Amino acid sequence: MVEKMEEYSKKVIENFMSPKNMGEIENADGVGKVGNPKCGDIMWIYIKVSKNDKGEEIIEDIKFKTLGCAAAIATSSMVTELAKGKTLTQAFNITRGDVANSLDGLPPIKMHCSNLAADGLQEAINDYYKKQGREILKIIHNDNCSCCNKEKNCNKKGGNI
Amino acid sequence: MNSIYLDNAATTKMHSLVKAAMIEAEEKYFGNSSSLHGVGRAAKTELDKARENISKKVSNKNHKLIFTSGGTESNNFAIKGLAEANKNKKHIITTKIEHDCVLNTTKFLEKSGYSVTYLDVDNNGFVNLEQLEKSITKDTLLVSVIHGNNEIGTVQDLREIGKIVHEKNSLFHTDACQSFTKVPIDLEKDNIDLLTINAHKIYGPKGVGGLFIKEGIKLEPLLHGGGHEYKLRSGTVNVPGIIGFSKATEIIGEKEIEHMTTLRNQLVNGLKDVEDSWLNGASLDCGKRLCNNANISFMYAEGEAILLYLDALGISVSTGSACSSNTLEPSHVLKAIGLKQEQTHGTVRFSVGIDNTKEEIKYTIDSVKDTIEKLRKMCPYKY
Repeated sequence: MVEKMEEYSKKVIENFMSPKNMGEIENADGVGKVGNPKCGDIMWIYIKVSKNDKGEEIIEDIKFKTLGCAAAIATSSMVTELAKGKTLTQAFNITRGDVANSLDGLPPIKMHCSNLAADGLQEAINDYYKKQGREILKIIHNDNCSCCNKEKNCNKKGGNI
Repeated sequence: MNSIYLDNAATTKMHSLVKAAMIEAEEKYFGNSSSLHGVGRAAKTELDKARENISKKVSNKNHKLIFTSGGTESNNFAIKGLAEANKNKKHIITTKIEHDCVLNTTKFLEKSGYSVTYLDVDNNGFVNLEQLEKSITKDTLLVSVIHGNNEIGTVQDLREIGKIVHEKNSLFHTDACQSFTKVPIDLEKDNIDLLTINAHKIYGPKGVGGLFIKEGIKLEPLLHGGGHEYKLRSGTVNVPGIIGFSKATEIIGEKEIEHMTTLRNQLVNGLKDVEDSWLNGASLDCGKRLCNNANISFMYAEGEAILLYLDALGISVSTGSACSSNTLEPSHVLKAIGLKQEQTHGTVRFSVGIDNTKEEIKYTIDSVKDTIEKLRKMCPYKY
């Protein structure tokens, strides 16, 4: 029907077949919603925040729900793995590149559209700050979404998107 | 592990009878059919027999059948070859649901000054005949309409289309790669001037196809060389492949069509109770759908994900999802039948074959239901 794209790494397939942290968190402290139904990939990231011994805010629990392709599901799973237990600052700085690298790479065409998980996490952290009445962190990088032709706010350290 | 192949519209597994015929041909008829010696003449004799055997499937008259490398070449040859040989007319009509090898050929011609009309189809994928009639002008060189659609299985009424085309003094080409031997075709009654067929969709070898050219129609060859195939397609003729093609035209008969129809209906009916899903293309009982095609859209699950989960369960299918394409564009056929972009993402094409069994379809139904349930559990909304 259509020309096949490049193959997925073993790690992508593993994370896609058995995703980690799939589900919702009831009364989550923050929810990040990214994606566009037209593009076909939608991700919601839920976080529960607590404090560590040093009094820093950390991601105590994180879950995701994703409608999308194998890459969308695998990156969702991976970002939850990378973020769990991290301080909010560390978690906010997880980039799309970090997610892709942890999956041993993604096919180039999937780097943009389906690699939204890091953005979702940032949105979730900002949602938490908003709810707390605190200043949100700035997402600077503008990225053009090729499938919906919409400018959207993306991760400032977008990595190789 | 299971291996249930439900992607027979992509290609088929070569039939054992075809394989046997080709192995015999490689032994006995390996000669160059252009050579004058006995070995060459033997190959030529078999080539002629194969040509005749294939030809009688669509006509009892003696039209030219040119062997090519497959459907893509035949479609390119029909359209570009006709344009090149008839430069007085600069308008071509085709549809929005053609295979890419037709659409990209007409787009190519647009770059060199041709105007092309892309006909709409209705929600079931049938060409708008009124629009066709209105679109044909004195400048219309060719109308090219796919017979059985490769994605949604809708089978066009060639006779009616051909009649309109001929009444308006244009020429009619149809791409019958998916329908050949599954749906009767008659070059005379169906008013066809150029007919594309191929072997690998009907249990024959890959890399072998053909183009029927009705008497009196001039085409310029795409390949120039030693003047093979009535000086229309140069290159040493693939005699063993063509012998395989000829044998392949005998594989699908009434019994096989009935078998595939039964399995296709079993699959579609078995998946009917999946919420928020629907069959794309012509209805099962209208008699205008390829016997092996079931194209189903599932909301709240994405096609590539469905495909890969099914693949892990040993089931091979295709998807029209944007996520599985290199352009991230959803299938043009699904768009043409009026699906919104968000409705195209979870579309799966199942194409059954003569070797599939009821048990396999039963397993597939269960696997698809499990897969959809699993994916919908991951979906942020509704499920």
